[in-house]
Amino acid sequence: MEHSGISVLFQGRNFVRLLGGLWTSVWIAALALLFGLLLGALIGLARTSKNKLVRAIFRIYLEFFRIVPTVVLLFLFYYILPRQFGLNWPGSVMATIAFALWVSAEFSDIVRGALISVPKVQQESGLALGLSKWQLFIYVLLPQAFQLELPATINLATRVIKTTSLLMMISVMDLINVGQQIIEANNQSHPTAVFWIYGLIFLLYFIVDYPLSLWSKKVARRKQD
Amino acid sequence: MAERILEVKNLSKSYGDQQVLHDINFSLNKGEVMTMLGPSGIGKSTLLRCLNGLEDFQTGELVFEGQTIKPSAANWQQLRQKIGMVFQSYDLFPNMTVLQNITLAPIKVQKRSKQEAEAEARKLLKRVQLADYADAYPRELSGGQKQRIAIARALAMHPDLMLFDEVTASLDPEMVRSVLDLIKELSEQDHMTMIIVTHEMNFARQIADQVLFLDEGTILEQTAGKDFFTNPQTQRAKDFLASMDF
Repeated sequence: MEHSGISVLFQGRNFVRLLGGLWTSVWIAALALLFGLLLGALIGLARTSKNKLVRAIFRIYLEFFRIVPTVVLLFLFYYILPRQFGLNWPGSVMATIAFALWVSAEFSDIVRGALISVPKVQQESGLALGLSKWQLFIYVLLPQAFQLELPATINLATRVIKTTSLLMMISVMDLINVGQQIIEANNQSHPTAVFWIYGLIFLLYFIVDYPLSLWSKKVARRKQD
Repeated sequence: MAERILEVKNLSKSYGDQQVLHDINFSLNKGEVMTMLGPSGIGKSTLLRCLNGLEDFQTGELVFEGQTIKPSAANWQQLRQKIGMVFQSYDLFPNMTVLQNITLAPIKVQKRSKQEAEAEARKLLKRVQLADYADAYPRELSGGQKQRIAIARALAMHPDLMLFDEVTASLDPEMVRSVLDLIKELSEQDHMTMIIVTHEMNFARQIADQVLFLDEGTILEQTAGKDFFTNPQTQRAKDFLASMDF
């Protein structure tokens, strides 16, 4: 067993490094979700505005982030924007911003769909109580909309976590990137290490994403009751 | 001299080319109950909704407590604290408990303390005989219970005028009584000023100080309560009462 790839997992600090990579992926995804959901809720509200121009602008915003592949987005934020604007922020920060904007675009569509499916008379009974438009949105519409679209939102979160695997394209030391480094360093001595490393990566992503997936299913089932 | 609470002057409203309200005029004194009667779909609800700004209108004016209402969003938001409204479909907020439903607007809009608002909400719940349901969610309640809570929710704002838009229309017959009794009690004990759109003729007769009979967006009759039922002036009103088995 001396040359079995599994030993690579526990050599030196490899295992800890992989967990560190997972942590990088998770915090980037978490921050991107946090800011993206907040921004997306506002943009979703704007997309129900009566103003056609406002609606058109955010529609284009949504389509831009939906159509442009995520890798291209990351390149845009990592290579092109910093050069154009003289920013010199680390890749992880640029990636968080890119992901947050992407999340906000996707979530805005979820929020818009949910907002327009909250019965109109809910709005009216809120208004009739003297709530302002803003209070109506915060206390009445958004919570109801969120419940309606919680499964879709959780789904979005799992997609974001998975997509952090693209972070290696812009040299962020995420889980995949760390794994790749370990594989390359040990490829000569332990050719089967690649199997074990990617096996572990699979497992780690699974551990993070599967509870979300279960949660989404549970919520969807409750909604049917 | 009775205090005038609401005056509607020459109010007209159209949707595009179609005029739905024609030159509506009436006034209401403090403590009075007005019922709006008439066939379905002739603008009673629309008129009621004009009175708290949920619908706009093209011409005419509203005078509420001596002030001509300027129809801006901010102004209506202020006024709605004084003009409560309860809808046919008792729209409690499904994401909140009964108590939260009642205290939301007092806390957020009127900036009252949570403690005080909750204490009052519990008092109101006792009054509508649902004291045990403070922590229930709307989905756990029957239609009649929901509607009584919707009324309690409107009362928590201490309105000077209450609008009821066919509040018993979607209730099971055995639920109707509890809601109507509550409205009657509001009139008799609290002397609440109310405008009620209803198809419950017996109830309307018992409670109305004034009856507004509308058809095709026009006021056909405006009479003191009991007279309308015993002595309708127009053929249209006679036919209407006959059709309601009254």
